[in-house]
Order: sequence, then C-alpha cells, then structure tokens
Amino acid sequence: MSETVGESRESDRPVVLVRDLWMTYAGRRGSEAVNVLEQIDMEVRKGEFVCIVGPSGCGKTTLLNIIGGFLKPTRGEVVVDGEPLQGPDPRRIFIFQEGGVFPWLTVGDNIGFGILRGRKADRDRVVDRYVEMVGLNGFERAYPRELSGGMRQRVELARALAANPEALYMDEPFGALDYITRFKMRSDLVRIWQAEQKTILFVTHDIDEAVQLADRVIVMGRRPATIRTVVDVPLPRPRDFQSAGYLAARDQIFSAMGINPTTGSEFS
Amino acid sequence: MRRWFGLPGLPMILPCLVAAVSLLVWDLAVRLSRSDLFPGPWQVALGIVELMRKGLLIKYIVASLYRVTWGFGIAVLVGIPFGLFLGWFRPAYWAFNPILQALRPISPIAWIPLAILWFGVSDAAPIFLIFLASVFPITVSASAAVQNLQPVYLRAARNFGLGRVQLFRRVILPAALPQILTGVRIALGVAWLVVVAAEMIAVNSGLGYLIIDARNAGKRYDLVVAGMLVIGLIGLSLDLLVRRLERFEEVSWGYASH
Ligand SMILES: Nc1ncnc2c1ncn2[C@@H]1O[C@H](COP(=O)(O)OP(=O)(O)OP(=O)(O)O)[C@@H](O)[C@H]1O
Ligand SMILES: [Mg+2]
Repeated sequence: MSETVGESRESDRPVVLVRDLWMTYAGRRGSEAVNVLEQIDMEVRKGEFVCIVGPSGCGKTTLLNIIGGFLKPTRGEVVVDGEPLQGPDPRRIFIFQEGGVFPWLTVGDNIGFGILRGRKADRDRVVDRYVEMVGLNGFERAYPRELSGGMRQRVELARALAANPEALYMDEPFGALDYITRFKMRSDLVRIWQAEQKTILFVTHDIDEAVQLADRVIVMGRRPATIRTVVDVPLPRPRDFQSAGYLAARDQIFSAMGINPTTGSEFS
Repeated sequence: MRRWFGLPGLPMILPCLVAAVSLLVWDLAVRLSRSDLFPGPWQVALGIVELMRKGLLIKYIVASLYRVTWGFGIAVLVGIPFGLFLGWFRPAYWAFNPILQALRPISPIAWIPLAILWFGVSDAAPIFLIFLASVFPITVSASAAVQNLQPVYLRAARNFGLGRVQLFRRVILPAALPQILTGVRIALGVAWLVVVAAEMIAVNSGLGYLIIDARNAGKRYDLVVAGMLVIGLIGLSLDLLVRRLERFEEVSWGYASH
C-alpha cells in the first residue's frame, strides 16, 4: 500500500480547531509588546499530516506551544477533540525544536519514559518495538551524548510514539540536521505515520520539507503572523519530487510567502 | 607519531615524580640551610612513625574524620533538600537567598568564639563549624542546579502527564544531580579545611590539635609538619573518593568528558 492518497485517510472530524487566535508577548521593561499571532483560524483533522511553514521568527513555535497547551493565547481559543484545551496532555506529544531527549537516561529509558502504566515486561516490549521502528537497534544502552543529532531526533520521536499518543506536534524536528539526514528522516517519518495512523502537526521553515510531507500546508506570513493561505497537497506517497503536482504546490507556497520560486527574490 | 603524553600510566607517574622531586628539594634546602628547628623529610617520616607507635596518629585521624562525617553529613542532609526547595519554589528563593548570601562570606573561623560559647570545648563545636562551612556550597549548588534546568525537559515531562512527585523523582532530581555533586565536592574540601582550624582552638584531639600541641609542647616541628602532611594526604583521598562518585552514570552525563 505504497500508493496512499493523503485525502483518503482523512476523516472530517477536526481534532484540533483554532479559532480567532491572537498572541502578544508582553514586552520587557522599556521595550514594546510584540504582536506575534493575529487572527489565526485553522484546523487539523484526524489522521492528517499538516505542515505549518513560515519565515524564521514569525511565530510558528508560539502557535504550536499554544496548541500544545504550554502557552496561553492572548485571545481566541483552541478546541481539541471537541473540548476547550486544558493544557499539555499525553494524548498529544510535543517534539521540541531544541531537543527534549533527557541526557541522564539511556536511549531505552528515554523511549520508555512516557509509558507510565503497565508491567515492566510490556513496557520493554513497546520500547523494543519503537527502537526497531526508528532504527536504533543496538543503541538501547547508549546515552544521548553518544549519539548523532539525527539519532537523538529518532529517540525523541520513538519516545513520543511509545506513549501511544493520538497526535504528534513536531517543531522543526529536523532543523538542525544536514540535508541528507533530513531527507532520510522525512521518508522514515512518512513511513511511521502511515504505519501508526497518527495525526501530525509539523512546523518547518523549509518549503520543500512541507511539500514532501504534508497533506495540507498552512502558510504563515511575517510577524505579526496571519495565515496567508492553506495549500492542499493531494499527491500519492512516496512522492515524486519532480512531478508537476509537486512543483505546482511548491510554487503556490513560494508565491504565498512572497518569494519568486525560481530566483528566490522577494516581491511581496 | 605517537605523542609522548599519550603513554599509559602517565597520569599516575607524573605526580609521583613531582612529589619525589619536591621531597628532594626540601631535603636539600634543609641540609644547606643547616636549620636545627625546621625538619627534613626524613625527620618528618620518623615523626609519623613515632605518632603511629604511640597510637596517636590513628586516634587523631579518626577524631578529625568523625567530626567531618557528622558536620558534613548533616550539611548534606540539610543542604540538598533545602537547596532543591529554594531552586524550585521562587518565593522561598526570594525570601532566603539574601540571608544565605550574607552568611556565606563569613568565614567559619569567625564563628569559633560563638561556637565555643554555645557548645564549649566539645565535639559539638567543630561539628557545628564544619556544618556551617559546608552547608552553604551544597545549598547554593542544589538550588542553582534546579534553576539551571532546561525548561524543555520540564515541558517534555509535563507532556507525558507526570505528577509532582514523579516530576521531582524522574526529572528534577536526576537533572540536578551532577551539579549537586560538584557542590558536595567543594563542600567536602572546605569541611576538611575547617576541621583542622577548629581543632586548633576548640578541642583537644584531632590533627589540628596535634599541630598546635606539638608546637606548644616542645617545639616539635617534625610532628607539626607530619600533621600537615597527613592532613594533605587525607584531603587528597577525600577528593579522589568524591571524584570516584562522579564516574557513576547517574551523574557522569553532566560533566564534559575528556
Ligand atoms: N517568551 C517570549 N517572550 C517575548 N517574545 C518572544 C518569546 N518567545 C518568542 N518571542 C518572540 O516571538 C516571535 C516569534 O517567535 P517564535 O519562536 O514563535 O518564532 P518561530 O516562527 O518559531 O521562529 P523559528 O523558525 O526561528 O523557530 C519572535 O520574534 C520572538 O522574538
Ligand atoms: Mg521555532
């Protein structure tokens, strides 16, 4: 079943619904308040892979932190599974831009960290399964400092999956990795997403990354960020990055961000 | 080409070499100056043997270590929980930090008169002084360790639904442990420094007492230097012991490896 069309997986029920969201950071003494988000409306449906792209510093992390329940918006609301958001919840696991793998735990203990209930044997089985899935066999007893950046991202992904959440919120998880590694990580992520049937909300500033991964791409503008447009990417997976559909979606995002897709110059 | 300092065993050989050369220089200096008061290494060695034969060496070492164990032990038991509490609970930090920072620079030696006033010439006086000396570095390092904790770890842990107790046990404590141990190591050094000073004044046993007593009772400088040497060697052993602890996996992740 390699030829899955994204849209066929979607159900209509929105798991995340963001309504008229505004965010202002209070300025420090002497400096002005920063308006970061203005009037954000968006939704993520069950099983969907949604990317948020926007220029650096536009407020992507802020938005994801609000949706994740770590930050209160200035105005507006987030509804998750039909109920107002209460706070962070193990059913929706965040993967952090700065890397949240615990350096004092081994790879195996990190991956098992979020499994709070059940017998040890069951926990070990789940850990083994996700170690296998992210391709870290043989590194269970290693410490994070002994791993490469890409391997650490795999640990964090496996740790999130092992807690069996319904959704993953990923904040530029591959941002610090080199080009080749990112490429590999993306295809692995799509494979895992297809196998595990999770909802994924994925933040990136990389337009190609968004088109390669997402069913839908939410395009944000400069700060204070509004949603410029939402681009559907109804392409089968694995995706052909040379296909007309791919290039069309890519161009659409570039022009929504005010950038010429062939020369890179800004026109806005 | 292999560089010469890649040789195995060198970290052991080099310090022994330096020690041997120092002894030699010391010996030469004493011989050349023809001093009859200041002892050479040989006389000091004989002094140590004499102390051992009288059973004083072991007795005084035990006395000093006993005081350090109590004073330092109580400081660990008080300082770590108190520091963790200050680090975690902001208002407590605001409330207590100024007074801590005001008490900290007062040398434990300055407390000696009060210690004698309160506890008399007993073991309690030096134990109190050692406690005072070591509780501050431990408290400060424990509270700083919690405050330095990366917020991302707390967020990740909260995301997995950990309760307060779990959060403390599985995240805050393990994350803070390396820095706490560093504070403990500094505190142990200070504690050993202070026990000797305290014993010079407040009691009549221990290595500090040995030094004062040897000087007062007949200007036995060989025993004075013997006492100093033993103090140094025990200090070195204590530090090596704590460094051993730093190799445990629970904390070694927190130190830059070399
Ligand atoms: N805690 C904060 N207090 C004040 N201002 C903040 C805070 N966090 C972020 N900001 C400001 O909000 C804006 C958006 O930050 P945010 O981290 O959400 O951007 P981002 O889109 O994730 O950027 P990047 O792609 O570089 O990660 C930035 O201009 C930043 O300076
Ligand atoms: Mg960000």
